[in-house]
Amino acid sequence: MSLLRAEGLSKEFGGVHAVQALEFAIQPGVVFSIIGPNGAGKTTLLNLITGIYRPSAGRIWLEERELTGLAPHRFAAAGIGRTFQNLQIFFNMSALENVMAGRYLHERCGLAAAMLRLPGLARAERACRDEARELLALVGLERYAEEASEGMPYGALKRLEIARALAARPRLLLLDEPAAGLNPTETQEIDRLIQRLAARGVTVVLVEHNMRLVMGVSDRVLVLDYGRKLAEGDAESVRRDPRVIEAYLGAEARDA
Amino acid sequence: MLARLGAARSGGLLALALAVALLPLALGNQYLYDVAILVGLNAIVCVGLNLLIGYAGQISLGHAGFFALGGYGSAILAVRYGWPPLATLPVSVGSVTLLAFLIGRPILRLKGHYLAMATLGLGVIITVVLATADRFTGGPDGMSVPPLALFGRALAGERAWYWLVGALLLACVWLALNLVESPRGRALRALHGSEVAAEMIGIDSARHKLAVFVLSAGLAAAAGGLTAHYSGFITPSQGSFLRSIELVTMVVFGGMASTFGAVVGAAVLTTLPQLLTPLKDYEMVVFGAVMMFTMIFMPRGIVPTLAALFKPRTRG
Repeated sequence: MSLLRAEGLSKEFGGVHAVQALEFAIQPGVVFSIIGPNGAGKTTLLNLITGIYRPSAGRIWLEERELTGLAPHRFAAAGIGRTFQNLQIFFNMSALENVMAGRYLHERCGLAAAMLRLPGLARAERACRDEARELLALVGLERYAEEASEGMPYGALKRLEIARALAARPRLLLLDEPAAGLNPTETQEIDRLIQRLAARGVTVVLVEHNMRLVMGVSDRVLVLDYGRKLAEGDAESVRRDPRVIEAYLGAEARDA
Repeated sequence: MLARLGAARSGGLLALALAVALLPLALGNQYLYDVAILVGLNAIVCVGLNLLIGYAGQISLGHAGFFALGGYGSAILAVRYGWPPLATLPVSVGSVTLLAFLIGRPILRLKGHYLAMATLGLGVIITVVLATADRFTGGPDGMSVPPLALFGRALAGERAWYWLVGALLLACVWLALNLVESPRGRALRALHGSEVAAEMIGIDSARHKLAVFVLSAGLAAAAGGLTAHYSGFITPSQGSFLRSIELVTMVVFGGMASTFGAVVGAAVLTTLPQLLTPLKDYEMVVFGAVMMFTMIFMPRGIVPTLAALFKPRTRG
């Protein structure tokens, strides 16, 4: 059974069809990439499958559970995590606290328990801190643990977002342009990180412009153009698809 | 650093406890006790308001309204309905909390300036109602409030009040510090940092905003009720817009997202006008100048600025 399934998914903004009648299914354990020219609807699609946008039409399932129309935090609770193209770091917290905050779903406690600091809570907090440290180590940021996130370099913040998303233990992790603005070395680190995540069994949805990264790590690629599905398949078949080449490079490139 | 953070927290609590315990040595007369009690009552409001403004990043320009309602509720139940004064306070605080819950749900959907306007309006409405419902409230002239009585004995005298308020303040600070360093506190700070990112890690931002709004309103109502019983009199001005601004100023002045900052802010801004009274007409000018220079040179507020100054430099 597929992990995530979309049926007839559409999003319209005042007459503009950002995403139109999309159908796709993401199998568990794969790296699933979404590519397309600028304005193809990639980020809109991510916002639809995280509940930030409510679809104009269509439905979304995570396994057998329908998520259509739920609030974003319910998508998260169902097991969908994400990072953001434009960083959404909690700059009022340290790196470690950002990741600890990511553990929220597994750390819930009542207001009274929190204010009275009941004994179970102190124990849970220690476990939470240890796990957050491990995640920082996984993304290679252990040396920043106690730093104010404000002062961290851009590339490190990108990975901090991944660590925070992982802290929620998502079944499906959506990465929105994790390599954007990174130099080749940092991009390679992201590449290796995605492979490590895949090896851990995390299903990854990758939205990315860096084709080398996409072609290297993806099991399956969905190509969008003008909000519609242009092609879908494994990396190799998508790369050779004439429609994809045309959309990216224009008709001349195909004819040349 | 986290171990040090924990140490700073209990250290700060210990310092505050010592200050409360030793302060009476310096309080030579009843007037000074009176100022100290007002500091404590304001500090209780500010600790709660700081959770809302400093940590959760939500503004309220109407908290004096909750403060006044807490006082009036208790006063009206005691005077007009003859309830025993010890029962009136919890009922009044409970009712204001419920009111905050009902009003908070629609209001907290608003953000930034819109939320500021809505809470401002709420405060103004409360003041107008208090001033016009004179059959219950005594109108603009206010009403007198019976003293708080514990088991038939009236709580009287500045000394008794000082210890009661001091103990309550310490309890509130302890509870607030615990909350901030808990998963729920992180959730509040997270939705301040980025609401969309907070939602994406499963935080129901609407629910958390509402909870902290209700909590801070409840604390304001409790402090308002105590203030009314302590001073024996209450007027609608307790809920005025200026009073709301004063409370927010205390929080910002002491340092947002710092519980001790809220206490320091309340202490400074409650005592400063008293210290400046000899200046007579120039009082407000000097007061304003002190405020301006503090915010120019310590934009993060007193406590966070000083804390950063004395923190050992571990970063490269």
